[in-house]
Amino acid sequence: MMPDDLQAIWVYLETSPLLGLTATLLAYQAAHWLWRKGHMTPLLNPVLLSILMIGGFLMAAGIDYRTYFNGAQFVHFLLGPATVALAIPLYRQIRLLLRSLTAVVVGLLVGATTAAASAMGLAWALGASERTILSLGPKSATAPIAMAVSESIGGLPSLSAVMAILTGITGSVVAVWVLDAVRVRNEAARGLAIGTASHGIGTARAIQLGEVTGAFSGLAMGLTAITTTLLVPLLVGLMFR
Amino acid sequence: MLPSLTILLVCQLAGEVIARLFKLPIPGPVVGMMLLFAGLVIRRGIPENLEKTGTTLLSHLSLLFIPAGVGITVHLKLLADEWLPIVVALIVSTVITLAVTGLVMQVLARGKKS
Repeated sequence: MMPDDLQAIWVYLETSPLLGLTATLLAYQAAHWLWRKGHMTPLLNPVLLSILMIGGFLMAAGIDYRTYFNGAQFVHFLLGPATVALAIPLYRQIRLLLRSLTAVVVGLLVGATTAAASAMGLAWALGASERTILSLGPKSATAPIAMAVSESIGGLPSLSAVMAILTGITGSVVAVWVLDAVRVRNEAARGLAIGTASHGIGTARAIQLGEVTGAFSGLAMGLTAITTTLLVPLLVGLMFR
Repeated sequence: MLPSLTILLVCQLAGEVIARLFKLPIPGPVVGMMLLFAGLVIRRGIPENLEKTGTTLLSHLSLLFIPAGVGITVHLKLLADEWLPIVVALIVSTVITLAVTGLVMQVLARGKKS
């Protein structure tokens, strides 16, 4: 094959959504395989591994993020219907939910406040720029919500999306260790903690831990999204004025 | 598969419309989740098809975060400049939130049982 042909094929691949979409699915399956091979150790978190693989590939090939996202958006789009589908595991736990409604609401309010205040407080104490501090505020909400809140308080939406994703990965890596260490054994409480601290990425991990844990994590993720949109602008007002 | 995917999309669409119409601070898909939940409560059960599609979608939830996550490549310089406060804030705050939320809910749930 002539080098010109290769060049032409590469130009096509670089601009077609096909490459970004295929790369995402390939990386995810490779990461999933590695994670299983590694006895599902949280350190080999499939989201983290996939991001590293694709990020490395994009940089090596000189493809910019927007070109990649052009293809990957088809996967990204499914986040919406998947969020709606979280009603299904939640409905299966409706009895447990109604029985522990007060505990859920109080736990969630305390948790969401802790998440936003501690992140912004720590970043401030360690000398982060105001833009970074603000971008950290909504990090415990799922990425699209974190972006919307960030915009309204003067943070960088795309940075907030990254912070939210890193928080999710952190949560799914450390959740079991932390909850075991503080002796939280109640499955509903474990789920609520994971969903409140680390939204959907944590919920993906919680689903693996069990039906009850997954359902409460999904519930907490939805409620944290609501709480964050109301609470973080208030907290920012208190901290910066 | 197709009818149940349509149900999910219709709920999301209705959620987006309601959120915008009433200027709710809640994201559309979350309103959609509430709508579907209300629907399941009224119907007193989950249709078999919907359960299958939903479970398949949720079993690959991790995959769906990757495209947004790769966005990290856009912020490498800022992350390099402020890595310490960012890393500490992310890890410590996540650990504290997990512990606090879990403990509060466990204590309250236990209190109610006795």
